[in-house]
Amino acid sequence: MSVPTELGYTAKHEWIAVRDGIATVGITAYAAESLGDIVFVETPSVGDDVTAGETAGEVESTKSVSDIYSPVTGEVVEVNEALEDAPETINSDPFEGGWLFRVRVSEEPADLLSAEEYTKLTEGEN
Amino acid sequence: MTEGEDGNALRTTPILSGVPMSDSATAPRLTALHKTHEEAGATLVDFAGWLMPLRYSSETAEHTAVREAAGLFDLSHMGEIRLTGPQAAEALDHALVGFLSKVKVGRARYTMITAEDGGVLDDLIVYRLGEQEYLVVANAANVPVVASALAERASGFDVEVADESADYSLIAIQGPRAVEILAPLTDADLDDIRYYAGYEHTVAGVPVLLARTGYTGEDGFEIFVRPADRAPEVWAALMAEGAPHGLVPAGLSSRDTLRMEAGMPLYGQELNAGLTPFDAGLGRVVKLDKPGDFVGRAALEEASRTARERRLIGLVSRGRRPLRKGQDVLRDGTVIGVTSSGAPSPTLGRPIAMAYVDGDLDTATGTFTVDVRGRGEEVDVVELPFYKRQS
Repeated sequence: MSVPTELGYTAKHEWIAVRDGIATVGITAYAAESLGDIVFVETPSVGDDVTAGETAGEVESTKSVSDIYSPVTGEVVEVNEALEDAPETINSDPFEGGWLFRVRVSEEPADLLSAEEYTKLTEGEN
Repeated sequence: MTEGEDGNALRTTPILSGVPMSDSATAPRLTALHKTHEEAGATLVDFAGWLMPLRYSSETAEHTAVREAAGLFDLSHMGEIRLTGPQAAEALDHALVGFLSKVKVGRARYTMITAEDGGVLDDLIVYRLGEQEYLVVANAANVPVVASALAERASGFDVEVADESADYSLIAIQGPRAVEILAPLTDADLDDIRYYAGYEHTVAGVPVLLARTGYTGEDGFEIFVRPADRAPEVWAALMAEGAPHGLVPAGLSSRDTLRMEAGMPLYGQELNAGLTPFDAGLGRVVKLDKPGDFVGRAALEEASRTARERRLIGLVSRGRRPLRKGQDVLRDGTVIGVTSSGAPSPTLGRPIAMAYVDGDLDTATGTFTVDVRGRGEEVDVVELPFYKRQS
């Protein structure tokens, strides 16, 4: 299962990429594969404030409903509207086309896992 | 990301339809095809005490394959109970709601076993294998209840009741291409096997009970393999023959969405001990005109005469958020029922649900919504089934 080394990870299976103060957030390939076919995504709206560690949306597969937790605190500046019509992109391309939302970071995220640490975590779950 | 219900993002079973997970203190049982599933990369799930394939790759792709080509299912968790003896037919007429002595040898019936109060203990398929021999197929979670009820109700009749579940593997091949995939592998002339018929044949050289039954809304066969450990031979032969025709292995996740689209009830959801067959709209399986007494007769006669308190309807969402079981159904803001099953429908491309609503409910007017965790999702009421194959 791919785990890109340039991203940060949370123990709750989100990934985050911060560039010029803007964080892009998604869920990992491991999470998408474990949930099955993703059929519905609810992201926050542009202008919403999200808080690290708190609920920022939902993702539903054929057989499951899961909360998405924001790995970062700040204001949502963009959401991936393509997911409304094509939520399956999260399965096929979780680290690129399947991104969920972008946040203008007001607080640098703490406690992120490296790709190596995250891989170790997922291996422990199996 | 975490699972809303129990804090584990990656546990998919909370919404797995059917029966609760078995007691985690006991390890789930493995079917004879366990190694085959592991090699195929299946996601396995503890279902009714068995470790069963939930899906192999994409459950949506498996669903579509069954609608358009064919899918192969391991259903070895289902139970097989044999009744043998001069009074096998009479015993079943007494124990079940159906008229089993009228079934011809080689044919099968969909029927139910109820308690004295008419509550459904399980829905069953019963095959008549001979004049004095029947095979009762029960849902995995209900096998102990059905086997002991049959043994108890058969006492006083000249018949033997044997739970042979462990002796059988069950493989289903379902879909419009099932016939052409199976035909070269069997000694049976498949044109001679009508819907709800089953005979002793061979598949891939293995002796089986070959039945034209299923739970997907498609044409197909259920293959009872005995001894159970010869199932991998049958499975491998079907996959080899079928793969060029689009056959894929399919798990319980697609099986659930397929049966839901076909409007078929699932025990534990549309059927339970608190409901009669009439509640589920399946009063036709209750043969009140058969001679003799049977368990549940008085209660079911009463149920057949009285207006139904509830009825089962279909719902198709106008939105995208999946409907799930156990959600309130509202008409113009008033709760009038609850969903019994719900899922995204791959064939319709929309969320669907079955729901029990008040028996006298007028569904022709009003605005219907389903309460999905506090959000009102607008739905349309439709006739069941959601999907019917072109025959």
